[in-house]
Amino acid sequence: MKLITIAGPPSSGKTAVTIKAIASLQQDGVHVGVVKFDSLSTQDQSLYEKQGVEVMNGLSGNLCPDHFFVSNVSDCLAWGVEKGFDLLVIESAGLCNRCAPHIQGVLAVCVIDNLSGVDTPKKIGPMLKMSDVVVITKGDIVSQAEREVFSYRVRQVNANATIINVNGLTGQGGHELGKLLLHAPETPDLEGRLLRFSMPAALCSYCLGQRKIGSDFQMGNVKKMDFT
Amino acid sequence: MPMDKENREFISLPMAELLRLAPFAGDFFSSLGLELPGEEISPAEYFTSLDAELLEDLGLERQSLPGCFTAFMELLENLKGGADSAHIESITIRGGHDKSGRAEEFDLTVKPGEVICIVGPTGSGKSRFLADIEWMAQGDTPTGRSILINGAAPEPAQRFSLEHKLVAQLSQNMNFVMDLTVEEFITMHAESRMVDDIPSVTAVIIELANDLAGEKFTPQTPVTALSGGQSRALMIADTSCLSTSPIVLIDEIENAGIDRKRAVHTLVDKRKIVLMATHDPILALMGERRLVFKNGGIATIIDTSREERANLVRFEEMDAMLGAVRNALRNGEMIGKMSGFFVATGIYGGPRALLLCVRG
Ligand SMILES: Nc1nc2c(ncn2[C@@H]2O[C@H](COP(=O)(O)OP(=O)(O)OP(=O)(O)O)[C@@H](O)[C@H]2O)c(=O)[nH]1
Ligand SMILES: [Mg+2]
Ligand SMILES: [Zn+2]
Ligand SMILES: [Zn+2]
Repeated sequence: MKLITIAGPPSSGKTAVTIKAIASLQQDGVHVGVVKFDSLSTQDQSLYEKQGVEVMNGLSGNLCPDHFFVSNVSDCLAWGVEKGFDLLVIESAGLCNRCAPHIQGVLAVCVIDNLSGVDTPKKIGPMLKMSDVVVITKGDIVSQAEREVFSYRVRQVNANATIINVNGLTGQGGHELGKLLLHAPETPDLEGRLLRFSMPAALCSYCLGQRKIGSDFQMGNVKKMDFT
Repeated sequence: MPMDKENREFISLPMAELLRLAPFAGDFFSSLGLELPGEEISPAEYFTSLDAELLEDLGLERQSLPGCFTAFMELLENLKGGADSAHIESITIRGGHDKSGRAEEFDLTVKPGEVICIVGPTGSGKSRFLADIEWMAQGDTPTGRSILINGAAPEPAQRFSLEHKLVAQLSQNMNFVMDLTVEEFITMHAESRMVDDIPSVTAVIIELANDLAGEKFTPQTPVTALSGGQSRALMIADTSCLSTSPIVLIDEIENAGIDRKRAVHTLVDKRKIVLMATHDPILALMGERRLVFKNGGIATIIDTSREERANLVRFEEMDAMLGAVRNALRNGEMIGKMSGFFVATGIYGGPRALLLCVRG
């Protein structure tokens, strides 16, 4: 079975583009399964199921979903093999922009969206810099110039990746993404494999050394007081 | 004394030398959150000297830095050379089949400076067609089409390369998400294209955009404050001057509030291949050809006939007239009786006919 890790900031379009790619693969008779890692809850399951994809959810609760991911990934692989998938996609929502679920020898995809602004590629750590394929979404709502600058900035921080623009709504580029996913190497087992980069023991941006106060700087497991 | 680049790799040049040869090389360090190395030391030396803790913080691995740097320098060289090396004389679309498997029997070759229109209902396969061009399909997409560049199949690496991107897309519902002035915005784009004389290119683009837009704006106008028409005008000027993509797709330009005919001419003058998804009579007849889409495939290709072109003159007069009425309404004027409208156009031609229907 082929294994693929798909990571990216929350709501960047991971599920949307994955579904478009899977739809195209299904037409070619490829049997795909998905595991979704998230912290508290996820709507993604029903989206995948609508596409006729079998899904397993991993909710990490108080832990960083990426840390939770590493502790469970071998079991995910075993589940996929048992189900007889040709290809298993693991989607995880990177919360801290610093952890990356990418594993050496396993095709690593990062999904980021144009709307997040041209400075975002600089700010995302190994999740982007050490991925093999970078999918850029939401090109439909920004200008051509911003699209060009954005993909250039992605290239600056990861000159080796294949960069592909996919529209998560219309599916333009989904077929091509599917082709790229099929190039993933076979992963018979993961025992002893290495993560591409170590994960900090952090739950939120303040664990990571963030010092600025304000909602723009809070990421990850942020809890808000209720003043009503 | 020119340097012999073959003998010394960029990575072992002292920074001062490197920046003289490749002024944009500094971006590599800043984009990774690293400080610029001192003038005397080379990137290779710098990478070995970096603090392990700092690298850990930045999410970087020491052993992969030289490889990343080399790839980055290659990217710079490619982008700089991009415009020349990616020189496109023709793009050929080799027909595949529609959704029911009916063969599309055509080989369509388009050249820089041509305008091709795309017509057909939504869902008839227009987006798939563009995707086929964008990804340089090689019989491996649902339509079975293939794309040839200058008469030959493209190199596999070309299909996903930034420098060889074939299609720039100017779509209807685009926004600027950045909070920059027009001048800063265009400068940023020009920097990412490694243009030599950024200030003058920027000035040319802004002037061109002002020509196309009805209402004027300045270099200091924030992009987010531009009207729909001004944004479209800016993007058309910007794409024609800065984008390396040989094909420009425009959709729904008819409602853009700009001089649409001149907009298309601007792109054609810059040797772009213009693909237009439009049902606007004036734009559709400006094209050399129209591709008619049905059921996921191209059903027919119509060459714009001389007769159709002749009508174009009439349509333009009618358009000018409607434009004048629109202006009159905007200025709070009354509109006169419209009878004799067509006769008037026929006899007196555009501007005079206007006098008949707009009471000043
Ligand atoms: N306009 C536009 N919207 C998109 C595109 N891709 C995704 N979206 C929308 O963006 C929202 C988030 O997309 P998802 O696919 O759920 O994002 P995600 O990364 O899987 O999100 P999480 O799993 O919750 O982190 C949805 O409303 C999508 O419809 C795109 O290319 N263009
Ligand atoms: Mg999701
Ligand atoms: Zn984390
Ligand atoms: Zn914390």
